[in-house]
Order: sequence, then structure tokens, then C-alpha cells
Amino acid sequence: MSVVAWLTAPEITSPRQARAQRLYALWRAFRTNPMGLPSALVILALILAAAAAPLLARHDPYVQDLATRLRPPDRLHILGTDELGRDVFARLVFGARTSLAIAFLVAAIVGPVGLLIGTVAGYLGGWTDRVLMRLVDLFLAFPGLILALAFIAALGPGVDHAIMAVSLTAWPPIARLARAETLTIRKTDYIAAARLTGASWPRVVLRHIMPMCLPSVIVRLTLNMAGIVLTAAGLSFLGLGARPPAPEWGAMLSTGRQYLLGAWWLAAAPGLAIMMLSLAFNLLGDSLRDALDPRRG
Amino acid sequence: MLAATARQLGSVAVTLFALLALTFVIGRMLPIDPVIAVVGEAASRETYDMVRTRMGLDQPVLIQFGRFALDMVQGRFGSAIITGRPVIDDLARVFPPTIELATFGMAIGIGVGVPMGVLAALYAGRWIDHIARIIGLIGHSAPTFWLGLMGLVVFYAMLGWVDGPGRIDDAFEGDVDPVTGFLLIDALLAGNGEVLVNAWRHIVLPASILGLGAAATISRLTRAFLLEQLGQEYIVTARAKGLSFARVLWRHAFANISVQLITVIVLSYAFLLEGAVLTETVFAWPGFGRYFTNSLLTGDMNAVLACTLIVGAIFVVMNMLADLAYRLLDPRTR
Repeated sequence: MSVVAWLTAPEITSPRQARAQRLYALWRAFRTNPMGLPSALVILALILAAAAAPLLARHDPYVQDLATRLRPPDRLHILGTDELGRDVFARLVFGARTSLAIAFLVAAIVGPVGLLIGTVAGYLGGWTDRVLMRLVDLFLAFPGLILALAFIAALGPGVDHAIMAVSLTAWPPIARLARAETLTIRKTDYIAAARLTGASWPRVVLRHIMPMCLPSVIVRLTLNMAGIVLTAAGLSFLGLGARPPAPEWGAMLSTGRQYLLGAWWLAAAPGLAIMMLSLAFNLLGDSLRDALDPRRG
Repeated sequence: MLAATARQLGSVAVTLFALLALTFVIGRMLPIDPVIAVVGEAASRETYDMVRTRMGLDQPVLIQFGRFALDMVQGRFGSAIITGRPVIDDLARVFPPTIELATFGMAIGIGVGVPMGVLAALYAGRWIDHIARIIGLIGHSAPTFWLGLMGLVVFYAMLGWVDGPGRIDDAFEGDVDPVTGFLLIDALLAGNGEVLVNAWRHIVLPASILGLGAAATISRLTRAFLLEQLGQEYIVTARAKGLSFARVLWRHAFANISVQLITVIVLSYAFLLEGAVLTETVFAWPGFGRYFTNSLLTGDMNAVLACTLIVGAIFVVMNMLADLAYRLLDPRTR
């Protein structure tokens, strides 16, 4: 039996085949969106570039050479040099590490936290639900950037504080989504069956509800990654995230701003990189959502 | 209707109270001892205790919070470190420029977003729709501060179509009396054409950049709302009756989405305040956003907390207004 036949066979013989078939159907739906695969490849390429930064960059991102400061792009420095003579391309590639690390760390924090709060609130209902959702409303009623800025004002600048501040503002939409999903799931028969077998509520939430919420949470998280990237870059741009001399896109933009009129490439390059990453997350999230949307079948 | 409004007011009150609590917590998260920040490391035990008592820090947390809440509600935000003036006076000074910028930005957002959304819906799947989608994606994905910088390079440095950062050239500073606080309107009232043109050339770029994000949201939602209406049977009926397409579009379909659109516009307006923080930094715009970031960078917590609280309150009120508009204007909710 060929792999494709196994993946599309109407008679399913094992749980493994069922899972594989579901993934395969998802993959086929995903492929119908022309922007899905390219955007996934862009993100993958950026991850690989960040990982292989020392191989890609021909220059050290920290080494200064004041004799060659503010050079426009040429053969030796393909994106020019900055105000201290450092290679902009090298700093961009190494900066991808910081920017991607911030984005994925925030996602790794807010995904599970939002999922947990949302499912628990939705499953338990009552006062737990009311208190938790009031908290979600409070954070949602607030512009994310302002709140993140206020937190950093209290905690002090730095990458780790930026991650905390952005996380604090990014969990509520996830929690609200997970709660809405939970409300539709909790009345189903298989949850009733699980409860009849004597499963405790943490077990029902963890084993039976959370896995069902996961796909939509992942889609929302991917879409929100675009905003997370922008907020994190904005914090660094204001001098509250990554600090110099560490290469980070937002911080590079901020220095580029001082040399804007004489050396526009200093600000143009990191801004384009931020936009590319955020655009890729937006498009990937869109296509994942379309692929998972049962109405599109 | 009355009961629903009362319930909503109650919910707004709870949110505002929670907002106070959140601001209070942020104010207490300082990694340094606030007393030491005032008296210094070398202060004697007596001075330390005295200042601690005077700042009310020896009281139970709940009482401290009660005092904080009372002060905030009455607008006693303390004084700002940079300006040395009461924060409330600073806020009164920095808000008009921001509101002017945001309103101008919103006008652009509506002026571009609504027609683009209508066109995208009418020509769904065609090239106009794709262009609207691409503009929308860029509006959502490009960092506003970067667009601002690139806008300055292109339209100010290279083309010379607009003027650089700031609200007005130094030469014109103080030429018109601040009557409304909105420079464009003040210049009009004073009949000062030079100032008007100069102010216009300063505001047009930051307002456009700020408006792009709003235009992206408004156009995407206009398209979605309108497509939903155009697919319904009453449209077919109206057309079958012999009404022209333009009449059906504007008098029937558009009238039905206008309430939803107003809600979206009110909420986007609130989000422009957030966008203003970064845009104002780029364009050296002497408004709320720049005041907020400057206070942040100098660690001026009185000003930071006041700004956070005020923006939060504006958001809550805007949300309430959007909800209210929906309830008052849409007969189906009655």
C-alpha cells in the first residue's frame, strides 16, 4: 500500500493512521493557500539564518572599525556599515537571534498560560470563570504597548523584562479563545463519559479539553506573533528592550534613526527585517486558520 | 434598555476600579525601595523612618491603596520630575497635540479605509481586492516607527513635500494664541495662513502613518461586513424591484453596516492613542506619547502611572461608547 493510499484510506485501522490522516488533510488544505508555504519557509529561513549566524556573516557583529564607519552598501559590506563601522548584515543576522528568541519565548509563555486559564475558567464556570474573565477583560481593555511600557518602567529595561512585559499583555486573547472553545466542548458526550469514569476535573481539563483547544490556540498564537514581534521591536526602539551593543532589530532601528538622513540604510535594513518576520507570521496564521476552518472543508 | 445600561455602567465601574488596582500594583513593583530613592543610601535610621511615615508606607497596604485611589480619582497625580510641575498640568498641555494628530489620522483612516473596503467587497477576488489586501497587510505588519522614519527620508529629505519632525517650525512658535490647543484650528481662527501651512506640512506625514493602521483595520472590516450584506436575499429583492445597484448599495447595504462601522471606528480611534506613542517619538511630536516615553526613560513613576491610568480610562470609556452607539443606533438591539 502506498503512503498516500494509507493516508487517504476510508477504512482506518489504527489510531496512528487516524492521526496521520488528519494531519495529511490539514496539509492539503494548507497547500491550497498560495501564501501558506512561502510564509512558513520565510520563518524557517530566518530561524536557520539565526542558528547559522556565524557561518552567514563574514564579519563580527561587535567588532568596530571607525575608519569604515557609515559606509553605504558595497561588495564587502552588502548592507553597509553602522556608526561604529560594524557590518550591518552581520548585526542583522545575529539580531535575528534576539528578535526570534523574544517572539518564541513570549509565545511559549502566553500559549500555555492562556490555554490553562481559559480552559479552567470555561470548564469550572461560576465564580472562577467570572473572576478570571474579569481579569481578561481588564487586560484586553488596555492598549498592549502602554501596559508593557508601564511594566518596564517599574521593572527596568532589558530583554528579560521586555519578554515579561509583552507576555503580560499577550495572554488574554488566548485565554478568551480557549474559554470559548471549552464552553462548546464541555457539554459533549465524551466529556460526560470521561466524568462518569471518575476522572477528576484537572484530568478532564488537561487530557480531554486542552488537546481539543490546541489547534485554534496555535492559530491565534501564530497570528499574534506578528503583533508580539512589533511590540518587542517597539520596546527596543524606545531603548527599553535589548540594550546596545547587543544586535537587535528594534535597537538597530533606533541608532539608525540618528543617522537617518546621511545613512538611510542603517534604519531601512532592520525595519524591513521586522516587517518580513511580522508579515510572514500574519500570512502563516491566515493560512493555518483557513486550513483548520471546517467551513472551508 | 435601562437595565442593560445600568449593568454596563456597573461593569465599567468595576473595570475602572480594577484599573486603579493594576496601576497601584505596577507602582509597587519598583525594584528599589521608594524611601531610599528619596532619602538616599546614606540617610540615618530616623530620617528613613520619618520619610517612610510621611509617604504613608508604614500603613497597611489596603489603606495605602485607598489613599492612592482617592488621589488618582481627584486628579492628584503628584508632580513630574522632568518638568517640576503637577502631572495634571502637563497632561492638559500634551493632550491637545495628540488628539489633533489622532483625529487627523482617523480622518485619513476613514477616508481611505471605507472606500477601499467597499471597492474590495464589490470586486472581491479581483485585483482591487488584492491591492486592498496587500495595503492592509503592510499596515498591520510594518512597524509604524519604521514607516515614519522611511517617510521622513522619502517625503522630507528627498522630495521635500513635507516638513521635518516637530509640530511647527521654531520661527512660528507662539505666533498664534492657543485658543483650542489644536494648532490647525487656532491658525484658522487667527487667520494666520503661514502658520496654517507650516502646521499642515508638519502634521500630514505623521497623521498619514498613524492613519494607515486604522485604514487597514477599517477597510478589512468594511469589506467583510459588506460582503455579508450583499449575499443576503433582501439585496436580490431590492434589485428585482428595479432599484439601481448604487441605490441598493448605499441606501440598503451600507446603511445596514454603518452601525458596525461606527463601533469599529470608535475602537480604532482609541488604538490610535497607542500608535501615537511610537509615532510621536519618531516625529518629535510634543504630545502625550512623547511625554509618556520621556517619563519612562527618566523613571518618573508619578507621570507614568498617571498616563497609564488615563489611557486605560479612555479605553474603557471608548469601549463603553462603542457599545452604547451600537445599542442606540441599531433598532434590532431594542
